[in-house]
Amino acid sequence: MARRLTPWRWAVLGLAALYFLVPLGASVVFTVDVPGQGVTFDAYSQILSADGFLSSLVLSLELAVATIAAVLLLMVPALVALRLSAPKLRPVVEIVCSLPLVVPPIAFVAGIATVLKWGPDYLSRTPLFETFVAIQNPTFPVVLVLAYVVMALPFVYRALDAGLRAIDVRTLVEAARSCGANWPQALVRAVLPNLRGALLNAAFLTLALVLGEFTVARLLGYEPFAVWIYNVGGSQAQMSVAVSVLSLLVTWALLLALAGAGGRDRTASSRG
Amino acid sequence: MTATLTRADVASAASQKRRRRAPGWLAVVPLLAFTAVAFGLPAIAMLNGAFTVKDPASGVSSYTARNLSDSLQGPYLTALVGSVKLSALSALIAAVLGLPLAQAVVSSRSRALREAVLTASGVLANFGGVPLAFAFVATLGNAGVLTVHLHLTDHGWNLYSFWGLVLVYLYFLIPLMVLTITPALDGLRAQWREAALNNGATGVQYWRFVALPVLAPSLLGGLVLLFGSAFAAYATAAAMVGSAVPLVTLQIADAISGNVLVGQENVALALSLDMVLVAGVVMAVYLPLQRRSARWLDA
Repeated sequence: MARRLTPWRWAVLGLAALYFLVPLGASVVFTVDVPGQGVTFDAYSQILSADGFLSSLVLSLELAVATIAAVLLLMVPALVALRLSAPKLRPVVEIVCSLPLVVPPIAFVAGIATVLKWGPDYLSRTPLFETFVAIQNPTFPVVLVLAYVVMALPFVYRALDAGLRAIDVRTLVEAARSCGANWPQALVRAVLPNLRGALLNAAFLTLALVLGEFTVARLLGYEPFAVWIYNVGGSQAQMSVAVSVLSLLVTWALLLALAGAGGRDRTASSRG
Repeated sequence: MTATLTRADVASAASQKRRRRAPGWLAVVPLLAFTAVAFGLPAIAMLNGAFTVKDPASGVSSYTARNLSDSLQGPYLTALVGSVKLSALSALIAAVLGLPLAQAVVSSRSRALREAVLTASGVLANFGGVPLAFAFVATLGNAGVLTVHLHLTDHGWNLYSFWGLVLVYLYFLIPLMVLTITPALDGLRAQWREAALNNGATGVQYWRFVALPVLAPSLLGGLVLLFGSAFAAYATAAAMVGSAVPLVTLQIADAISGNVLVGQENVALALSLDMVLVAGVVMAVYLPLQRRSARWLDA
């Protein structure tokens, strides 16, 4: 039966390969074959010295590290506690972590921009105003970390929940406790090592999300990596495509590493 | 026996100890407090702003439904309808193209092909935004490699249009469909096909009367998911078409960055609320469908 389908199957796969590979190949051609200059690799060699490349990339990486740390610190203790002693709160947490899926990033940033305007409008004489200024510090905009943590919640929840479902948290913790470990020790030395795959999965998904995020950062006026590519596109077409190709390859390497390390759960990597 | 006894002892001892210690919900409090501030505040601000108007002369705010009715009129309505049309069409095309692709992968016996396509789909489904837009501009834009070499402009090709956007959106929607539908296709038993063929059904009849009805919940669920994904997309459209194609995400962005008349910010919030409502409907349709198809596949 499968044999009869073969030509049909090859046609489908061939067309798909064409559609998905041609834009990538053409982008590479576009960057090296510059009209009037022949084949040149300038677009790639100029990237490192380009204005704003390093600073925007560093900003994106810093945001990613901060977001991953924050989201894991918030989620891991909460989800472990839900398994151990507060199962009644589970539906609440599940709903809270799914809510960001219902609010598209553009709507979310519209809300954030409105809240940030309350600062100068209503709070300028209160100490809260200082906080508003501090979280918008352009060298490290904490407000972006807050937004990214919210946007990462659904993916991190799914990744960690799948990991926790696969292990018997209660027995692990009780074993550690009866061996004399205190609570933090039980969590760090018994539970976390068994969650390694899920933690990696969650961290990689968050990393990919932050590195590619454009909407919130641009509309709040910051320039991390994706916004920099966009800004450079107006003046230096070749280089912006070259950086796009490279960032694509880096993202792929990351996600392939995830597919290798995190195991089978690919649906977690699709955006919900 | 001894082992179970010890475990029970440990369990009761541990739970007694736990009762004396801080209760477990304390660990959940930071998460809930954080979302209340970082997600709740913007959500409340959006709701509040969508229903208030500030009188420019007196500076007094009052509650009204005018923003919402404005957001469903004129250029805003055009943008909303444009977004819905674009998302629905791209989702439909992606589903129609993604299903045979997934079937080709599932029906092949090659594990390597299956792994390669599924991994690539996982990667491509996440590939959106600015780099995707630029890759397509370099390929099919006005100075794109294919456009120039094949003289596509002479044939009326224009990437910066509605259909151009559909073509680009398919690049992440088709892989998303493959990921969503593959588990359902795996659930189709070979025996069902054999039974249908033994009873004299043709291949087409098998698909029409057996396979598609079984797949229907997963297909619909996938469609809705794709729609939501395309509906929320902003970066790709912003980097590619600017405002050549009216989309609700582009309208909101323009209003936030003050590119339009002053005082339209609250209409932007009303538009955001419209988007949230559409996305809410999407999730309300998707979740039961997903549960239904999961039940089928587990059976």
